[in-house]
Amino acid sequence: MNTDDLRPAVLRALRRVAPEADPDALDPDVALREQLDIDSMDFLNFLIGIHRELGVEIPEADYPRLTTLDQILAYLGERRPAPAPGLAGG
Amino acid sequence: MAEFRMPSLGADMETGKLAQWLVKPGDRVARGDIVAVVETQKGAIDVEIFEGGVVQQILVPEGSEVPVGTPLALVDGAVPSASAPPVAAAPSLPGTPAPSAAASPAAVPAPAAPVPAAPRVRASPAARRLAAELAVDLATVRGTRLDGAVTLDDVRAAAAAKAPAPAPAPVPAAEDRAAAMRAAIAAAMSRSKREIPHYYLGTEIDLKRALDWLEAGNRKRPITERLLPAVLLLKAVALAVREVPETNGFWVDGAFRPSTPVHLGVAISLPHGGLVAPAIHDADGLSLDALMAALRDVVERARVGRLRSSEVTDPTITVTNLGEQGVGTVYGVIYPPQVALVGFGAVVERPWAVGGLLGVRPIVSATLSADHRASVGHRGARFLAAIDRLLQEPEKL
Amino acid sequence: MTATLPATVKLTYREAMRAAIREALQRDERVFLMGEDVGRYGGCFAVSQGLLAEFGPERVRDTPLSEDTFVGAGIGAALAGMRPIVEIMTVNFSLLALDQIMNNAATLLHMSGGQFNVPLVIRMTTGAGRQLAAQHSHSLEGWFAHIPGLKILVPATLEDARGMLWPALQDPDPVLIFENGRLYTLEGELPAEPPPVDIAHAAVRRPGDDLTLITYGGTLGTALAAADRLAAEGIDAEVIDLRVLRPLDDATVLASVARTHRAVIVDEGWRSGGLSAEVSARIMEGAFYDLDAPVARVCSAEVPMPYPYHLEQAALPQPDTVAAAARALIGAAHG
Repeated sequence: MNTDDLRPAVLRALRRVAPEADPDALDPDVALREQLDIDSMDFLNFLIGIHRELGVEIPEADYPRLTTLDQILAYLGERRPAPAPGLAGG
Repeated sequence: MAEFRMPSLGADMETGKLAQWLVKPGDRVARGDIVAVVETQKGAIDVEIFEGGVVQQILVPEGSEVPVGTPLALVDGAVPSASAPPVAAAPSLPGTPAPSAAASPAAVPAPAAPVPAAPRVRASPAARRLAAELAVDLATVRGTRLDGAVTLDDVRAAAAAKAPAPAPAPVPAAEDRAAAMRAAIAAAMSRSKREIPHYYLGTEIDLKRALDWLEAGNRKRPITERLLPAVLLLKAVALAVREVPETNGFWVDGAFRPSTPVHLGVAISLPHGGLVAPAIHDADGLSLDALMAALRDVVERARVGRLRSSEVTDPTITVTNLGEQGVGTVYGVIYPPQVALVGFGAVVERPWAVGGLLGVRPIVSATLSADHRASVGHRGARFLAAIDRLLQEPEKL
Repeated sequence: MTATLPATVKLTYREAMRAAIREALQRDERVFLMGEDVGRYGGCFAVSQGLLAEFGPERVRDTPLSEDTFVGAGIGAALAGMRPIVEIMTVNFSLLALDQIMNNAATLLHMSGGQFNVPLVIRMTTGAGRQLAAQHSHSLEGWFAHIPGLKILVPATLEDARGMLWPALQDPDPVLIFENGRLYTLEGELPAEPPPVDIAHAAVRRPGDDLTLITYGGTLGTALAAADRLAAEGIDAEVIDLRVLRPLDDATVLASVARTHRAVIVDEGWRSGGLSAEVSARIMEGAFYDLDAPVARVCSAEVPMPYPYHLEQAALPQPDTVAAAARALIGAAHG
């Protein structure tokens, strides 16, 4: 699945809670909270930022699946609203 | 002028060895402050002073053994109290332009600035002469020689530092801010450990009911309105304070000044090892949603250095939550002139006996660091018990 | 006649001393050299090699092994109008002549009410570092510098080895020249026509701003080597060669310390009651308010000089120990 279009939105949300973070230096396979030393409040705000950017609902029960950048992108790829279907027929 | 004398720390004590001075000439001391450590046959004892004032002169150097009753220092009690720490302050004015976060901890009252006085400053002859020429007070210059002596370069640096007239400080670089904050933390924490006779109590609290309740509630809420577990802990502390008011307020001038409002200081770590603990005002009266909003607001502003001055001067008790880092138990250092600090560790699943059965429960360690001058362990224990009890009924928080 | 002379000549400290003696013998017929083995043997350290053949036994005289006697004879010859150069093999043997040096040479002008000068020059080898053990390795020039009536010279360079003897011989009163034995093999270039040198002033051998290394004789090289190391660390050391231990040139030392504010004295002599103590005291007397750090000293260990090479080296001031003392003076200001 192509998540390229999701990445800028996620990084924008991340930058709001961790302004000093260098997105290029992030390891996509290591937990963000470990890499960036952000706490639960920051993380919640980060998810809220994603929600606002992409309109994705993220239940609290899914938080454990959202630890690394790659996990988050994959999750969002599954959950983002499907594009509006084209009108068929008349 | 009063003499501070070697006290009798036991009927059989004839002499005491002055092991360490915790004050220096120019320091303001309050009755009951620990001003020196005295070694007796029974070990080292922190010695309190029974008359407040400004230390004028140290008469007995560290390491000296002197008979009981020997004058150790001269204290001038007549000096008006100019540098008393603030008492619980006026409510904050929302929207007041904020100083930077870096400046904030400095608002924690620092030990009285040294008054140039008594013991001769160790300075090189050349530094002494240059200081006289440049009108630099040697007592204010930090010596950088290996033996601590003030050198020519030190005097030049001090002269350069004082040269510009008090102008608006330039926006400091991040490193300067971090260094300034570190210095402020160092001053406050040193003072705390120097002055506050801490006692520590700890308990483990079963959070199952609280977290179940929170999870159920969050499930119904959009992500923007969800609550963090920390909010429950903060609210429980704020309410427990009402029951044990000895934990809420300031120790000022040798006396405890309780505070009626509960301004909950929240320890927030910042990049580069920074730390601030701004107040959430009147936290005991806030709904959980309001408390969550206040917490989010203050954390975000702390991160970007937009705290309000009232927030950094007002806390009447502080909560620190280091559980985020997975730590089990916090043994906190009280922010002077506050008298208590509550620490929470990580929420961990533990085997837990309930009603005769063993279950797995989410457990958090709660500790109280309290100023023994303001409260006794019995009351502190009651305070922790109240937090526990309040967390068992989350719906009432 | 040659049209041009070479601008410089390459020679050793030993050869520079020999050239100085030869020049003196040539310029003034009152000058003669005497001492143990200075003639046929050419001098214990080969300084006077060839001079006997060149000037004959009247002017290059071998003496018995009796320092008291031949130093006394030198004093007598000086009183009688000669300009003797007396060589004492090593500084320890001067102790045998101490009464002549201290009670006669140094005092006769005073005792005679100003009637009799003693225009005598005594040369001797001093210092350690050549495995000559405890009885032949002293640095007693500081001792002699204690005595009013004497002038004490310590040539540490080729120029001074070449140039100090002649003005010493012109001095109407006794002059002692201490040649550190390690320096005899020092090699370098001198102008073919060496310029005259004075015997009154200290010399700044290396200018610097951060501290002053004060030394003389055999440890000048030590101090310069230390200064090189310090320079590599960003510490700019000035090096002063005292040259004349009595009378001490306070002005040069004090002017330097007033500028650098820090002083390390490097002295191959022992520390207690030594020349380094005298220099330190003068700095305290004359430059106290200019000091930004206590005066430091690097001296030889206070032991009879060991014979084994490694112990002897350990007992002597070394570039490392001098640099360490300098760093300690600079202290935290330079990290």
